Amino acid sequence: MRQLMSGNAALGEAAVLSGCTHYFGYPITPQNEITEYMARRMPGAGGVFIQSESEIAAINMVLGASAAGARTMTSSSGPGMSLKQEGISYLVADELPAVIVNMVRGGPGMGSIAGAQSDYFQATRGGGHGDYRTVVLAPASVQELTEVVPMAFDLADKYRSPVIILGDGILGQMMEPVDFDGLVRPPDYDKSWALTGAKGRPAQSIYSLIFDVKLQEEKNWKLQRKFRLIEQDEVRYETYLVDDAEMIVVAYGIGARIARGAIKRLRDEGKKVGMIRPITLWPFPMKALRELAKSVTDFFVFELSAGQMVEDVRLALEGEGHIHFYGRPGGVVPMPVELYRIISRHYYQAHADGDRKQP
Amino acid sequence: MLTKAIISGSGGQGVLSMGSTLATAAMLEGRYVTYLPSYGVEVRGGTANCAVAVSDEEIASPVASSPEVVIAMNQPSFVRFQGALQSGGLLCANSSLVHTETARSDIEILAVPTSELAEQLGSIKVANMIMLGALVRASSMISYDAMVENLAEILGKGRAKLLDLNKRALAVGHDYTKD
Repeated sequence: MRQLMSGNAALGEAAVLSGCTHYFGYPITPQNEITEYMARRMPGAGGVFIQSESEIAAINMVLGASAAGARTMTSSSGPGMSLKQEGISYLVADELPAVIVNMVRGGPGMGSIAGAQSDYFQATRGGGHGDYRTVVLAPASVQELTEVVPMAFDLADKYRSPVIILGDGILGQMMEPVDFDGLVRPPDYDKSWALTGAKGRPAQSIYSLIFDVKLQEEKNWKLQRKFRLIEQDEVRYETYLVDDAEMIVVAYGIGARIARGAIKRLRDEGKKVGMIRPITLWPFPMKALRELAKSVTDFFVFELSAGQMVEDVRLALEGEGHIHFYGRPGGVVPMPVELYRIISRHYYQAHADGDRKQP
Repeated sequence: MLTKAIISGSGGQGVLSMGSTLATAAMLEGRYVTYLPSYGVEVRGGTANCAVAVSDEEIASPVASSPEVVIAMNQPSFVRFQGALQSGGLLCANSSLVHTETARSDIEILAVPTSELAEQLGSIKVANMIMLGALVRASSMISYDAMVENLAEILGKGRAKLLDLNKRALAVGHDYTKD
């Protein structure tokens, strides 16, 4: 059954349907409705809801619940996400699954509460201290949350590592029709590592303090092998009208929706523009971009920031192709028509430069 | 076709519920729809607004920077949003509280004295539904008949006893606009 729901509420419902039994959160706009929804929904679903005294407490409650084998989640935004970074680093080191939602606002500092994409670096580069990465999923609609949320819990359990869902204020606040009919609860994984009390079995422990540098190096390489495996197997993206494209827009989340509207207008005028929309921001669809660069020379990166993902596009293309960029930081959400005008101009300029395949 | 509306007024006038009612009606009609409320620093008694987009195809952005329709339930909202309206757009003003003498000359004005009409119905609370009835009649964003037919589902179980009053309020707005 289709119902009209905000992204925040739909995310909460999708988490419950994905088997999340423990939610811990501390309020901050624009994701308060997740906490509100979970407060109402969790008791009836037989789960645990705690509004913690701070974001730091919430992420450490997540760590504790996860260590005990629970499917667990927290959510925040802006400064709250910064506070959670220490805990996320511990989750990675302790190899504990968890889902952490960031409904991004326009920072830095307290920033604006409007939708933005300014936390790409924080999410995709680890965010906390140490040598690590986290899977980052970027949904673009309320309906897509019903796919991304179970995927997040599944990847977290599968790799025993925290997974970030990177939304934004618009996605969280916006209401759209959504149905949960296609949502499949991720399977339960073996959690014999969990700390469930040592009754009938030898005691076990989970810790990240390793004084012996050789053992620490070994541990770090083990984590890195896991990250390489994730890079190899878990890249997800969507392409739109790329087959005959002369220019490819690279955009994610709410930015990709705006870009899609702009591309429709461009196509109406016969301008051959397509799009690749990364759904996993880490692992980033490097190979897919390099593949596209074999036939396309111009890539137009659009972000609601001053330019963060554009660095991954540069890394992916390894000097191939020409990279164009347009960004609006601070929470400004441009209309598709504005982006259409900008892409148009870049498209004409690219054409004026002639065949770029020639040396 | 894509139509965007900004629905604005003071907190408590039911502008957000007007928006979600419109959006739910559009969804039940099988249209693409987004609803984006103003959020965060809003306070009871202050101004409130939301943007509703209804379309026959996927909606790129839920933001309405230059909407086809603006509903202003009070004077501050009229002042704030009439400038955003597209040229030739429709401004639905609650003429019980809004003075439209200063309105732009390139837009269409629909003045509905919703407060008076609502009081005649016995409840000032349905002023928003009267305006919604008028809006649907004047804008053809969604089907009036379908909305009335689906009203029980739109309002939800909690408001079942208010179904009849809301139906009458929609009809009052609809009929007022017909004249």
